[in-house]
Amino acid sequence: MTMIQALRSAMDVMLERDPNVVVFGEDVGYFGGVFRCTEGLQAKYGRSRVFDAPISESGIVGTAVGMGAYGLRPVVEIQFADYVYPAFDQIVSEAARLRYRSAGDFTAPLTIRMPCGGGIYGGQTHSQSPEAVFTHVCGLRTVMPSNPYDAKGLLIAAIECDDPVIFLEPKRLYNGPFDGHHDKPVVPWSKHPMGEVPEGYYSVPLTSAAVFRPGQEVTVLAYGTMVWVSAAAAAEAGVDAEVIDLRSIWPLDLDTIVSSVKKTRRCVVVHEATRTSGFGAELVALVQEHCFYHLEAPIERVTGWDTPYPHAQEWAYFPGPARVGAALKRVMEA
Amino acid sequence: MAQYPPLRLHVPEPTGRPGCATDFSYLHLSPAGATRRPDVDVLPVDTQDLAYQLIRVLDEDGTAKGPWDPKLAPDFLRRGLKAMMKTRAFDARMLIAQRQKKLSFYMQCLGEEAIAVAHGMALEQGDMNFPTYRQQGLLLCRDDISMVELICQLLSNEKDPIQGRQLPVMYSYKRAGFFSISGNLATQYIQAVGWAMASAIKGDTKIASAWIGDGSTAESDFSTALTFAHVYRVPVILNVVNNQWAISTFQAIAGGEHTTFAARGVGSGIASLRVDGNDFIAVHAASLWAAERARRGLGPTLIEWVTYRAGAHSTSDDPSKYRPADDWERFPLGDPINRLAAHLMAIGHWSAEEHEATQKALEAEVVAAQREAERYGSLLDGHIPSVASMFEGVYKDMPEHLRQQRQQLGY
Repeated sequence: MTMIQALRSAMDVMLERDPNVVVFGEDVGYFGGVFRCTEGLQAKYGRSRVFDAPISESGIVGTAVGMGAYGLRPVVEIQFADYVYPAFDQIVSEAARLRYRSAGDFTAPLTIRMPCGGGIYGGQTHSQSPEAVFTHVCGLRTVMPSNPYDAKGLLIAAIECDDPVIFLEPKRLYNGPFDGHHDKPVVPWSKHPMGEVPEGYYSVPLTSAAVFRPGQEVTVLAYGTMVWVSAAAAAEAGVDAEVIDLRSIWPLDLDTIVSSVKKTRRCVVVHEATRTSGFGAELVALVQEHCFYHLEAPIERVTGWDTPYPHAQEWAYFPGPARVGAALKRVMEA
Repeated sequence: MAQYPPLRLHVPEPTGRPGCATDFSYLHLSPAGATRRPDVDVLPVDTQDLAYQLIRVLDEDGTAKGPWDPKLAPDFLRRGLKAMMKTRAFDARMLIAQRQKKLSFYMQCLGEEAIAVAHGMALEQGDMNFPTYRQQGLLLCRDDISMVELICQLLSNEKDPIQGRQLPVMYSYKRAGFFSISGNLATQYIQAVGWAMASAIKGDTKIASAWIGDGSTAESDFSTALTFAHVYRVPVILNVVNNQWAISTFQAIAGGEHTTFAARGVGSGIASLRVDGNDFIAVHAASLWAAERARRGLGPTLIEWVTYRAGAHSTSDDPSKYRPADDWERFPLGDPINRLAAHLMAIGHWSAEEHEATQKALEAEVVAAQREAERYGSLLDGHIPSVASMFEGVYKDMPEHLRQQRQQLGY
């Protein structure tokens, strides 16, 4: 399956298993989503389970919070992560806080899916990576898969989770893996082992990282598209890097990170999002706190620049394998 | 020569400021009994006239009039009157407790008691209210909510049902159909619509009731809620409590000048009513109408309740700085408790003696409840919910980082 098919399969499985699961968002129903992630679901489950919503992000998330309070398990879509901001109040002030402020009287077991990330000439409002905006919010879980198998398993786990989950989908990976070499043709998921996805139910636990590429010399902490870029960069730079795919950005799998850094004694953090106060800063702080006496070099960050995401300058902005590779070499020489 | 004079920014002002009298003619009142009562299956567009009139039952003499009089049994009205009096007695006592620094904060609903009480008495067990911080009457009209428990929340003590996590008055009572109150205005309005959508999705018969003040109608979630309620023909009652004031801001600044909040509903394709919020019988009748409409799958109703915020916005507010001191006395719709009491007296089911005895009994009941609640501690004496519980409930299961933070604090 492609990542699109895997995500659709996860929703199909959960719509089938749990009558309280409902799926809605802009263009999600009849049309099946602008990225085809919900294609065929309305025809299969009916309009009361899968439906189109007005163009109102706060309305989509706000109604989902109310549905969660009733006892449903809404899976809603924000068409692009760049457009989640009108729903910010409902996510931060309501979904994230409802269990806490009511001492469990009411809960918000919702999943908010949103395509994120750049590398597609999406310009300012079709390329953003707003994960740090959510990781800072207590009460939320923030998740981002990097391949079809994880996408389905993590989405099923997110839907089953009783906490609100921000589910970020790197749209650059929807149809095939992408290592940052934009000049090369895209290889579809059908040609990749991670495109092999079981038809039925399975889940990938939240708060579990995966070692994407084992290595001995330096630990790379990444998620989403940057997992692929980092692995390519390591191979091209000739550095035996251990690339860890966080999968769950927050809360995260600290043990996997710490044991890797203690082994390699070096660390590079890679994300597409802008640098300052990005999630990388939290990762750097955690590694510094937990691995200080094991570190042989300063922790490096390779990220998007502190600018809005540009259109024409896409590949100067996107942290590609050359920039990641240079950082790997720097930490090895430090 | 310019063809046009210079443009000027229009900034609405209330007619009454401290030291002068408000001109209440802007309210556009209808006489009691004068406004028609359509069938519950009326098309939204055919409620347009109602959005600019005022549904009233009780006239100046306390006589019930017109098509909206549901001819409620005297015993029911007596229950309603007592619940309103209880709400006011509770507020009065808690205001004192705040002044004595037993509570950190309080918000009364003085003058608005009829709306929450009469509406609450029109709903059924299982329906869900999404209240603001000024609908305590929804709880105080019920026999299954003890004042002791409410005061424990206000005190943030060891028996606070929400474990000291929220400011006073931010109650949560799922079992009483009272959704957890948030400090963020208007957010619950769209959530109510979602809850009612869920009821429809599951083929249930429960309905939701959404609450908002005049000021908060300016928040985007208000418009969003109207759109969703209309689009999905949602079984929800959209209440707008127009008490004329949002803290210091007159309702004209919220967009009420030369229009009504009920009119917003009609514009969104929602059947809309504008009702005398200080007329217990009118409030109950309109609530029953809207509930019936919702429960029969005929769609949402927006109701603007015209009332007056008689008290300060909160214990942190001093209204004498922005409005006339005698404003409530001059408000043409009066006091909901006095009006229902007068009606009950007129029909021979209430008396001045009974009123006074009830008042005294309720005051004693609140004092006793306060005394009991204070036995379980307060912010003042440090008998608060455990500090360790501060880390619970952020997530369903406590993640590792919160477990570590709790340990750092020594728990």
